Amino acid sequence: MTAFILKRLGFACVTLFGVLTVVFFIVRVLPGDPALIILGDQASQASIESLRARLGLDQPMIVQYFEFLGGVIVGDWGNSLVSGRPVIDEVLNVLPATIELTLVSLVIGTVLGIPLGIWSALRRNKFTDYVIRITSLLGLSLPAFVSGILLLIAFAIQLRWFPVISSGRGTTFADRASDLALPAINLGLIMAAYITRVARSAMLEVLNQDYVRTAEAKGLAFAVIVWRHCLRNALIPVVTVVGLYLGYLIGNSVLTEIVFNRPGLGKLIVGALNQRDYTMLQGMMVIYTLIVVLVNLVTDLVYGLIDPRIKYQ
Amino acid sequence: MRVLTVDDLTVSFRSERRWVQVINGVSFHIDSGETVAVVGESGSGKSVTALSIMRLLQKNVSRLSGRITLGDTELTGLSDQAMRDVRGADIGMIFQEPMTSLNPVLTAGFQVTEALRRHRGLSRGDARREALRLFDLVRIPDAARRFDQHPHTFSGGQRQRVMIAMAMACRPKLLIADEPTTALDVTIQAQILSLIADLQKEIGMAVMFITHDMGVVAEIADRVVVMLKGDKVEEGPVADVFAAPREPYTRMLLASVPRLGALGDTLTPRRFADLSAEAAAVDAAPAPPPQEPDKRGAPILTVDALTTRFAVRGGVLGRMVGKVHAVENVSFTVREGETLALVGESGCGKSTTGRSLLRLIEPASGAIRFEGRDVMAATPAEMRTVRRRMQMIFQDPFGSLNPRKTVGASIREPIMVHGLGSAAEAEARVADLLQRAGLTPEHALRFPHEFSGGQRQRVVIARGLALNPSLLVADESVSALDASVKAQVVNLLLDLQRDLGLAFVFISHDIAVVERISHRVAVMYLGEIVEIGPRASVLTSPRHPYTQKLIEAVPIADPAERQARKGLMTDEIRSAVRPLDYEPEPRRMIEVAPEHFVMEH
Repeated sequence: MTAFILKRLGFACVTLFGVLTVVFFIVRVLPGDPALIILGDQASQASIESLRARLGLDQPMIVQYFEFLGGVIVGDWGNSLVSGRPVIDEVLNVLPATIELTLVSLVIGTVLGIPLGIWSALRRNKFTDYVIRITSLLGLSLPAFVSGILLLIAFAIQLRWFPVISSGRGTTFADRASDLALPAINLGLIMAAYITRVARSAMLEVLNQDYVRTAEAKGLAFAVIVWRHCLRNALIPVVTVVGLYLGYLIGNSVLTEIVFNRPGLGKLIVGALNQRDYTMLQGMMVIYTLIVVLVNLVTDLVYGLIDPRIKYQ
Repeated sequence: MRVLTVDDLTVSFRSERRWVQVINGVSFHIDSGETVAVVGESGSGKSVTALSIMRLLQKNVSRLSGRITLGDTELTGLSDQAMRDVRGADIGMIFQEPMTSLNPVLTAGFQVTEALRRHRGLSRGDARREALRLFDLVRIPDAARRFDQHPHTFSGGQRQRVMIAMAMACRPKLLIADEPTTALDVTIQAQILSLIADLQKEIGMAVMFITHDMGVVAEIADRVVVMLKGDKVEEGPVADVFAAPREPYTRMLLASVPRLGALGDTLTPRRFADLSAEAAAVDAAPAPPPQEPDKRGAPILTVDALTTRFAVRGGVLGRMVGKVHAVENVSFTVREGETLALVGESGCGKSTTGRSLLRLIEPASGAIRFEGRDVMAATPAEMRTVRRRMQMIFQDPFGSLNPRKTVGASIREPIMVHGLGSAAEAEARVADLLQRAGLTPEHALRFPHEFSGGQRQRVVIARGLALNPSLLVADESVSALDASVKAQVVNLLLDLQRDLGLAFVFISHDIAVVERISHRVAVMYLGEIVEIGPRASVLTSPRHPYTQKLIEAVPIADPAERQARKGLMTDEIRSAVRPLDYEPEPRRMIEVAPEHFVMEH
C-alpha cells in the first residue's frame, strides 16, 4: 500500500513535470508582449525594455525555463505581472473558497445522487423511475450558468433567502454558509444528476448478479440485500465517475464563480487570461495539475476500501 | 417421510407481451434422506422448477400455478415474509457458478454467519463459532485463517464448499443443488459429490440434484426425474431408468452418454449410435455402431520439447517475479487421419499447447514441424500456409462468429483472404461445406443468433474446413453442448476424418468423450505430458498416479458401477507458477507398453 502510494506520487511528479513544460512553452507562444500590456500603448521603448529585463523576459527561453522549474520546486512561482504580488499567495488566497465549494457540492451530489439512483433502479420502469430519470436528464442538460441564474432569480431575488453576491469572505459560519449555499447547490445538483444515472445503472447490474440470488436464497430481508450485498458493489462505478467528475467540477466552477461573483480559482484564471498574466497562468496550471493528480490518487485508494479484490502493487 | 411434494406445477414467462408456458404440469416428490436427480438438457425447465420451489422467479414476468408443499407447509400460499423464513432455513440451495455466487466484497465467513444469525438468531460470537465448525465440516483447509478472507482468494472448489456450508448452516430439510459441479474439474467434482452425500447422511435431508450429466446421476441419485421441454417424461428408481428406460427421449439421452471403458481394447474411435428420435422410438436396441476404420498415414505434425512460459509481474516497478510454466518440454507426433487427445484439468496447459502449435502464443523454445515445414522458423508467408493447413475450433461457437455477418460470409472470408477462388467459386464452396457439416446451403444467409449451439458449432467446423486443412486443433469444441448434440458433433468430426483424412488435436477435459474420438491420448499435468500412448492402453491401464486419479474421478453412467466412497479428499489442483531461476529437471519418458510412455515419477 505504501509502495503503491509512493509509486503513484512518483508518477505524479513525472506528470507534473510534463505539464509544466508544455504550459511554459504554450504561454510563451501566445501573442502579445506582457511588458507592452502592463505599461500600455503609450509607453516608451526604453521603459518597455527595462520592464522586460526586470521580468526576465530578455533572457534566452531555455534560461527562463530552468529558472521557472527551479522556482516551482522551491515554492517561488514568480510574481503576478498584474498585481505584482507573489502568485503563490494569490492562489492560496482563493484556493480555500474553491475547495469549500467543490467539496460541499460533492457532498450534495452524493447524498442526493446515490439514494435517488438506487431508488430509481429498485423501481425500474415504474413512475418513480421515469420521474427520476427525466429530472436527472434535465439536470445534465442545463448549463451551469443557466441553472445558476435561475437559482439566483428564485432564491436571491424573489425569495431573498440568500445573498445575490457571495463574497466568500464571511467570518461567521452562518455568513459563509449563506454565501456558499446557492453556488454549492448549483454545482451539487449537476453532480447529483450525474451520480443518479451512474448509480442507477450500476445498481441494476448488481441486482442481476448471482450473489444477489444467493443472498435471496439465504432468506435475507430485501433491505438487507440492498444495503449489505448490493450497495458496496454498486459504488465501484460511482467512485470512478465521481473521481473523473471532480476534475471537471473544478473547471465548471469557473462559470458558477462568475455567475455568483464569488472568489475562487475559476475567477482568478479568467482574470489572468484576460490580462495575459503569464506567471499567474503558469501557477494556476501547476495547482490544477496537482489537484487532478491528487483526486485520481484518492479515487484509486477508495477503490481499495470498497473492493477487496483490488491489490496495490 | 415426504419432504417435498410438487403437484401439477405450471410456470409461464412473459416475453414481449405474451405468456409462454415453460413448465407444463410437472409433479414429483422427494422423501427425507433421498436424492432425486432432475435431469434434462438445456431448456428442459429443470432450473426453473428449482427456482419455483424457492419462489425466486422474478415476480412481474412469471406466473405460477400448482401446489408446492414442504413438509406440511404449502409454499405456494405463503406470504413473501413467511417464504423468506423458509429460504435458507428449511431449504438450502447451491448454484452452478461458484465463481460468481459469492459476494466479492464480503468475507466468506461472514456470508455463512449471515444465514445463522438470520434464522437461528445466534449472537455474533456464537454464529462465528458455528460457521467455523461448518467450514471444518465441508473440509476447507486452514478454516480459521480462511474464514476472514474474501471469496476471490478461494479456488472454484473451495467456493463451492463455502456455498455448501452456507446452504447447510441451518440444517435444511431440503437441499436444492443446481448443477453444483458442472463448472468444476472432474477430481474436484468427485470431492464435492462425496461431500454432499456425506452431509446428507449426517443430517438426513432430502436432496434435489439438478444436472445434465448422466454420469453424475448414476453416481449419486436414488430416483431420477427426466425432463424435456417443460414436461416430466419419465420418473423412476435410478437402476430401473438406466437399465430399462421407457421413454424414447430417456433412451436417446442415455445412448448419447459416453461410458468410459465402453470401447475396451479397440484401437480406433467409434461413432455414437444414431440418436434421431425416430431411431430411438424403435423398441429394439439399436445395433452398436461399428468401429471406425484405421486409415492413419504418415506423421504430419511433430512437436519436440515445446515450452511456453508466461511472465508473472509484481513489485513497485512491475518487474518479472516469476513465470507460469504453462507448457513444459512437451513432445508428441500426430499422424495423418489420426486424433490425438490432450486431456487434463484447468490450468494444465492443454489449451496453451494448442495455441502454441499455431504460434498464436509464441513458444519460448522447442521445435514444431508441420507437413515438412519448420513452424518455429517460418517466414510470414510460410506461416500463412501453415495456418491454412492447420485450423483451430474453439469452445464457444457464438463468441467465435461475428454476430453482424451471415454465417455464409464468415465461411467465405478465409477463402477470399487466402485468394483460393473467385466469388462464385467461394459461394459454391460455402454451400458444399455447410452440407458437409450437416446443415443446408440455405443456412448461409442466416446470422449466428438464429442457430442453436450445436448448429453454430457446425458452422464453425465448416469454416475451419474452408481452407482444406489437414489438421484441426479443437479446443474444448464440444464441451458446452448438451449430451445429445455433443454426440452428433462428435459423429460429424469422425465422418470428416474418415472422408477427408483429417487429423485432430482434440483438447478436452471430458475423458468419456475423448475415449470415443481419439486414437491416442496424452495426459497433461502442470504443463507436462505425464502419460501418452494408444487410447485403450492409457485409459484402461493408466500408469502415472495422476492419470489414475483423473480416470478414477470420472463418474460412470451406470448405477451398478457406483464407486465405493473414497476418502474425502481436499487436494487442490496445483499452480504452475515458478520462481524466475527455476529450471525443471529433465525427466525421462519410460515406455511401459508398445508406444505407451509414462513420465518417470
